[in-house]
Amino acid sequence: MAIEHADVLRAAHLARVGLGEDEATGYVDDLSRILEMVDQLQAVDTQGIAPLAHPLDATQRLRPDEVTEHNQRERFQACAPVTEGGLYLVPRVVE
Amino acid sequence: MMQWETVIGLEVHVQLATQSKIFSGASTAFGAEPNTQACAVDLGMPGVLPVLNENAVAMAVKFGLAVDAEIPETSLFERKNYFYPDLPKGYQTSQMAQPIVGPGKVEITLDDGSTRSVRIHHAHLEEDAGKSLHEDYHGMTGIDLNRAGTPLLEIVSEPDMRSAKEAVAYIKALHAIVTYLGISDGNMAEGSMRCDVNVSVRPKGQAAFGTRAEIKNVNSFRFVEKAIAFEVERQIELIEDGGQVVQETRLFDPERDETRGMRTKEEANDYRYFPCPDLLPVTLDGAYVDHQRALMPELPSEKRHRFENQLGLSAYDAGVLASSRAMAEYFEAVKDVCGDAKQAANWVQGELSANLNRENLEIGDSPVTAEQLGGLIQRVMDDTISGKAAKQVFQALWDGEADSADAIIEARGLKQVTDTGAIEGMIDQVIADSPVQVAQYREADEAKRGKMIGYFVGQVMKASRGTANPQQVNSLLKQKLDQA
Repeated sequence: MAIEHADVLRAAHLARVGLGEDEATGYVDDLSRILEMVDQLQAVDTQGIAPLAHPLDATQRLRPDEVTEHNQRERFQACAPVTEGGLYLVPRVVE
Repeated sequence: MMQWETVIGLEVHVQLATQSKIFSGASTAFGAEPNTQACAVDLGMPGVLPVLNENAVAMAVKFGLAVDAEIPETSLFERKNYFYPDLPKGYQTSQMAQPIVGPGKVEITLDDGSTRSVRIHHAHLEEDAGKSLHEDYHGMTGIDLNRAGTPLLEIVSEPDMRSAKEAVAYIKALHAIVTYLGISDGNMAEGSMRCDVNVSVRPKGQAAFGTRAEIKNVNSFRFVEKAIAFEVERQIELIEDGGQVVQETRLFDPERDETRGMRTKEEANDYRYFPCPDLLPVTLDGAYVDHQRALMPELPSEKRHRFENQLGLSAYDAGVLASSRAMAEYFEAVKDVCGDAKQAANWVQGELSANLNRENLEIGDSPVTAEQLGGLIQRVMDDTISGKAAKQVFQALWDGEADSADAIIEARGLKQVTDTGAIEGMIDQVIADSPVQVAQYREADEAKRGKMIGYFVGQVMKASRGTANPQQVNSLLKQKLDQA
């Protein structure tokens, strides 16, 4: 499967990756080659095999329902660009 | 004119009543100072790993069992990717392909007491996002991440509802189930239950569904009804005017009672789900599921059937009393004290509910306890007081005048006089004091006498300050007046 220039720009936008037109051209080629390899894998007969959800053959451990984390707001907000009244401030979100 | 049918499906997000978050040990308590309950995991700091809360799993399983659902042995967490500032990780950890609760069904009760079944497509666990505060912070938006990572159970119905009333009955049924199970406080005002409503219309008789609109975040029973009513009318008008319904997300505005389209970008719905590499598959064996089942209380539909079949209540009464756990427990306590289910049901739904409604109180806040009400009903049943006096006693209990019905009956001298001699004495006095009325009565024919006797009954009741047994007064009066 080959991908187009527009697909690369769309994927970049979804991932919020800044990509110039020129850079995108290079990725069309790189990503198409990756997809070619995936196409090869598609040739394997996987009928009757359950999709693998996780490479480790283990199951999720559960945690007791206890409050173990306490307020460290000042430490966390020390690296935030802007805060006010305990809130993180971000560029305005317009709905 | 064309007949239209409404088709409704609901996605209900229930906030689970855990102490800590679904993937971290931060507190879920409501109303804390902003960002004081958002830890490194909730903030998506580099290098942190989520660990699943066992109580969230247990609660989801209990819900599944309550709606007769399959509990698959394996369930998976996936990442739902989108960018929004109240979602620090850039994805919401959720479930899609293999949710924790499989297909089930919920029995709903309509206003006329009839019941029907709504199918549950599945229910899955996920984390809540934080809150964006759009007040003006110098042209910026404020973010509070206390809610980020709070466990939610999203319950997705099949499009089985055909009216706003059915949708409301369904949400009420879910509300009763989750509060009975104690897995959520069900507090809609604080956002513990939030609904997304999918609505479409189609010509009656048509099999294919119409195009649906999704109304987001409808947060009260009343708003669900209003939002659907508005949306149905909007869609019908649109189609009848030759237009077409567009599949879109709309917001309900409770102040104007209308839904409005949200401006959404085309790619907004490309969530690119994939299995979360930080969380392993969750496996639940039969023993675990059986253990959760053993911990479950009697559920609303079981209670309703028991009230109807064992206690002999009407379907309507049984439905109302079983609708909330607090109400059902109160009713059963009253019944145990007074020994009569029907009387207990009448009082709880009559006098008590009227007073609660008037003062906008929940049954848990009732100033009259179940023991007090049961004690009062006992005194009506053993003829100590009349039904009229009982209402007085109830009001006095409500006002906190004394601790028990007996104390109020004693203090106010409300004990019903059933001693024939005492009643006769009062009757003789009234007859002696009312020569004109007695003469008129005796001249009247039988038909008129029936009405005229009311005057005498009233006088005797007045003389007894309401304590004489009215049936006795009536029959003794009749004897004495008819004698001459």
